[in-house]
Amino acid sequence: MNNLIARAKELLENKIVQVIVGYEAGPTGVARPAFITNPAKADLLIYDERCVQNLAVYLTKPEVRNLGKMAIVATLPVMRSIMMLISEQQIFADNIIVLGVSSDGSLLDIADIKVMQAYIEKSDLGNPVKDRALLVELNKLSKEERFAYWQKELSKCIKCYACRQACPLCYCTRCTVEVNQPQWIPVQSNTHGNMEWHILRAMHLAGRCISCGECGRACPVGIPCHLLTMQLADEVHNYFKVYAGTSEKMSSVLSTFEPNDKESFII
Amino acid sequence: MSDFEPKVVAFVCNWCTYAGADLTGTSRIKYASNVKIIRFPCTGRIDFMLLLKAFANGADGIIVSGCHPNDCHYTSGNFHAKRRWIMFKELMDFMGVDMNRITFSWVSAAEGAKWADVVNTTVTRLREMGPYVSYRDLVNKSVEEEVKNE
Repeated sequence: MNNLIARAKELLENKIVQVIVGYEAGPTGVARPAFITNPAKADLLIYDERCVQNLAVYLTKPEVRNLGKMAIVATLPVMRSIMMLISEQQIFADNIIVLGVSSDGSLLDIADIKVMQAYIEKSDLGNPVKDRALLVELNKLSKEERFAYWQKELSKCIKCYACRQACPLCYCTRCTVEVNQPQWIPVQSNTHGNMEWHILRAMHLAGRCISCGECGRACPVGIPCHLLTMQLADEVHNYFKVYAGTSEKMSSVLSTFEPNDKESFII
Repeated sequence: MSDFEPKVVAFVCNWCTYAGADLTGTSRIKYASNVKIIRFPCTGRIDFMLLLKAFANGADGIIVSGCHPNDCHYTSGNFHAKRRWIMFKELMDFMGVDMNRITFSWVSAAEGAKWADVVNTTVTRLREMGPYVSYRDLVNKSVEEEVKNE
């Protein structure tokens, strides 16, 4: 943590970056995002087990972008989000300095995108362990039980779209749910419309989801909506042998194809 | 249930399956009249949301069909569609939606007989499965939820 603060100070003092995106302790002790522009305030930065939010979501926000060149405190999911955003040409690699932190909280030396790529490639890219267990449980159920399970969960949805706002890869300035001609997704909250929304969200993140689980954490009513995108991340790896966010050159799975893609259900 | 006739919506591409279905007619091959064909420029245009809307509006089954791989009029539309269908199928399986109600197929403009076969097997299967009650209940329940909330 001291290394992180020292590095952040150095970057701000030497005017290499204009803003540090990191975590600070809020008044109740919860970690919250911090946008630090003054080197004297770099001491506020923290990094510990409370810091779970995926900060990459702020990289595409104009309010943060307008502050200038930034450095971002990045765990593995954040690094993968950054990789994904670069490959989708939403951010420029030159405009970002990555303050990588390993899972035990020590500062990594991420000099450039190549180093970051090497770090990502040697990490475990599957879903988080606790979510893997939940997925196994759900996949054991019968089809009817799964239908009932998701109906029960999705009936709670209040259509606040926190799952979309928290996701670093849901950056469209005009989302399909805001389209009203035609009205793809009903504005009101009802079980059927909620299901359509969650299918749409999962499909739009298929092959792009980097399994950070931020959507599930952001949900105010506790719908495990991250399991939908994580299941698809698993399937993407089963079918196409790729993990999202591993290379700055990779295009997403659904915007490309291989002539010999295998399936067994098309007659 | 014996007099139940399933409603089937077919999303087909203009260049292969639509022409194939045309050939079925000109060849005087009879097939089930339960199917309502919707013509698309390409399978790549068939958005998964359209399939969901078909179910929501009372379809009991869906056929999605287009050119065989390598035969796409736009070179690669059906390859993209294939990847999308793979993902869609896996997601719907995970959410417990019955994917036996959707038939995916490749039918070329020369395969009039295959089109008749695809429609007939789909309709026979759906007759056995019966109306799509669970999805319709869901839609009806959602309407009630809304009335209650207002």
